[in-house]
Amino acid sequence: MQNQNEINRLQVVVQQVLDEARQQGASAAEAALNVDNGLSVSARLGEVETLEYHCDQGLGVTVYFGQKKGSASTNDMSSTSLADTVKAACSIARHASDDECAGLPDADLLATVFPDLDLYHPWAIDAEAAIQLAIECEDAARHYHPAISNSEGATVNTHRGTRVFGNSLGFLHGYQSSRHSVSCSVLAGSGDAMQRDYWYSVARNASKLEPARQIGEKAAQRTIARRDARGLTTRQCPVLFAPDMASGLIGALIGAVSGGSLYRKASFLLDSLGQQILPDFVHIHEQPHLAGALGSASYDAEGVATRAHDIVSNGILRSYLLGSYSARKLGMQSTGNAGGVHNLTVEPGERDFQTMLALLDTGLLVTELMGQGVNRITGDYSRGASGFWVENGQIQYPVQEITVAGNLKTMLRNIVAIGNDVDLRGNVRVGSILVEQMSIAGA
Amino acid sequence: MALLAQVKQSILTANGLDAHDIDKVMAALLSAPVDAADIYFQSSHFESWSLEGGIVKEGTYSIENGAGVRVVSGDKTGFAYSERIELPILLEAASNVKAIARQGQHAQVRVEPTRAWGLLYEAVNPLKSLADEEKIALLKRVDTETRKLDSRIEEVMISLVAAYDHVLVANQDGSLVADIRPLVRMNVSVILVEDGRREQGSMGGGGRTDFSYFLENDRALDYGREAVRQAQINLQAGEAPAGSMTVVLGSGWPGILLHEAIGHGLEGDFNRKGTSAFSGRIGERVASDLCTVVDDGTLPGRRGSLSIDDEGTPTENTVLIENGILKGYMQDKLNARLMGVKSTGNGRRESYAHLPMPRMTNTYMLPGMSLPDEIIQSVKKGLYARNFGGGQVDITSGKFVFSASEAYLIENGRITRPVKGATLIGNGPDVLTRVSMVGNDMALDSGVGTCGKEGQSVPVGVGQPTLRIDGLTVGGTCV
Repeated sequence: MQNQNEINRLQVVVQQVLDEARQQGASAAEAALNVDNGLSVSARLGEVETLEYHCDQGLGVTVYFGQKKGSASTNDMSSTSLADTVKAACSIARHASDDECAGLPDADLLATVFPDLDLYHPWAIDAEAAIQLAIECEDAARHYHPAISNSEGATVNTHRGTRVFGNSLGFLHGYQSSRHSVSCSVLAGSGDAMQRDYWYSVARNASKLEPARQIGEKAAQRTIARRDARGLTTRQCPVLFAPDMASGLIGALIGAVSGGSLYRKASFLLDSLGQQILPDFVHIHEQPHLAGALGSASYDAEGVATRAHDIVSNGILRSYLLGSYSARKLGMQSTGNAGGVHNLTVEPGERDFQTMLALLDTGLLVTELMGQGVNRITGDYSRGASGFWVENGQIQYPVQEITVAGNLKTMLRNIVAIGNDVDLRGNVRVGSILVEQMSIAGA
Repeated sequence: MALLAQVKQSILTANGLDAHDIDKVMAALLSAPVDAADIYFQSSHFESWSLEGGIVKEGTYSIENGAGVRVVSGDKTGFAYSERIELPILLEAASNVKAIARQGQHAQVRVEPTRAWGLLYEAVNPLKSLADEEKIALLKRVDTETRKLDSRIEEVMISLVAAYDHVLVANQDGSLVADIRPLVRMNVSVILVEDGRREQGSMGGGGRTDFSYFLENDRALDYGREAVRQAQINLQAGEAPAGSMTVVLGSGWPGILLHEAIGHGLEGDFNRKGTSAFSGRIGERVASDLCTVVDDGTLPGRRGSLSIDDEGTPTENTVLIENGILKGYMQDKLNARLMGVKSTGNGRRESYAHLPMPRMTNTYMLPGMSLPDEIIQSVKKGLYARNFGGGQVDITSGKFVFSASEAYLIENGRITRPVKGATLIGNGPDVLTRVSMVGNDMALDSGVGTCGKEGQSVPVGVGQPTLRIDGLTVGGTCV
């Protein structure tokens, strides 16, 4: 149940900031206020390790003097500080250059309906209970198998917050949301042969979290599976990206079709609207209004209504991801993606993970990627990896200290299949992805 | 102690507090059986300007104040913070966090006297070191001059940022330690286009100083020149090789090798817990005898330097590896106490809202005897990696990566042609044992590094001379 009194209280502050901006001469303004409270506990080796109380607030304001823009933020909500913050933003705007694309969104694109997205489920858990849950999670991992030799602990996090956004076009809205997570990370082996892995669960509603024991057990299973990892010789082979790794590939695609990359011409997918960028069985849509989902929102970072829409259908790029500024730079209209995507969903295929392995037949299953080796301008891709060598659809042994390389443009076109083993823990929802051929470098 | 007085004024007096109030909060913290307690006050000002498409598009300004209250009992930590620096709120935080001590064994507060330290940077406010008009003029001049360098330039993006922090640490012995920390950074990145091919180059720098740093010797224009040079090279780059080969790393920023391959693995927390691939290996050989690596927070004006760390401990020059032998770890107070050693002044935190932990400062390798040219000439076939993007490490398995952004093939002792950026991957505990030549050209990076650990970002520095490594896996596409 949303606490309307709290939302109203914060809306008054945001309105005060917008009024102040007008008084200081701004022709337009927008402001956002976030208040977040949380508790984070970790347990290690059966005992509590840290107990942290979180309490954050921040106000950001953007002002326009005609086509000039300035921003400022503060965590001090006193009237004096808010006035000073507006003043700082105005001072910057007066010094900035005229930018014909700068400004608030078009008024007719602003959200006017605010469906209940089921985002707010505060978790009535006190520090003591959270500690016990973390201990239970870690115990399950540590006692899962004698090979588990050490632990980085288990963590329980719970956060709830209120966000209010308003602008000088009369938009003023606030909502509350919550987010809870349980995670665990354990080690196996010793000396040169140590391995570590983890598992986590995250949800808006604590009742949707995986059971703590199960999280611990999965962390242990994943760690155990990595024991005795070997290298691979340099080769070319097909690569199956596990779902949480596949979301990174889709993330690179999102970056390349986002307004900021496009108007700067810093994208490997320039001018690809209406073009085939993926095989024709790939469909990607944004679903901003899914009840209880982690990425749900009825409006974007500048108040523009979000809407369910196709990004890719039959492998063809149908829409860029634009905010107002990038839309104007490109001569287009905002798609409600200022600040990013909301539940980007890659339509799952029919195969489960085992069937995807069978389809891979012989090749590399990637379960972890390291480093930032993705060039969004050229699409060149080269990252550290670990995972498993697969033959005849069966996992043979864990591998590490290798790289996978290719070019995203061809990798995306060479997707062979997408699994139905969708990872729902993030803003990008996708199953495992099989890419036809990549370069593997090893010792 | 003018500095302490200034910080007490800006943080305590400005919020209606005085030293007695701190005593009250500390007394509340110490009423439970704890080993250590501190209160970290911070007042932070930040500003950024950005230029793109030839115009200064936007700027942001932010002010953040707050205090974090911590108690430590054994290996257990209780922590709370607030952006409101008010006595009742600090007392409530103290009462919440000391609950952690109920879980702990009986403990006794041990106080170590803080030794004297020097100031490594001036207490200047960089935000005010230039008028806004001058900052904009600087950005526009760099844009104009950079665009003249090559007709293929399609876009120039420049950012200019400054931070000014007042920090006050109250420790359990009643001591108050203050620091005033300026930090500036400028980055230029360019996109060049030729025959439909697009490539980027970028360069930046900065340190704990003010904006005048970028005007000295037209340093800002050098960033533009270097960014263009890198993009020009990348326009000619061919496919990168794949597989294990001899790699020569350039001096300066390629020292990110040390940060990833050994630095993180030598942080005290991982070693106390036994989760690092370097755990329990003090005194063992982890590098060839050509290698001596230090973490030095005491270099004047450097981005990674601090006069005192975020627990009030003066920073040090800590020897990590001496002639190939592992000598020591980087410690904060908690991990030092639990391991029976002293803090090395590496206790750092992103802000008052984060817990301190052992972090690097400026991590670099001391120079050797070889001439850089000699090192290239010694390689029959290999890769010369002159510049890098970021990196990452798995502390436990020791596997690390770092991504080359400017690289060349070496054939028969000569640099022949540029190849595309690629990720290099290796194993921390043994990569330095394969260092067969160390150059005499030690250089520190230009002051752009930011290190992430457990969600916290802090500014750091790296450096090294030119190095030859006999066997490192290069992740290109040319199989």
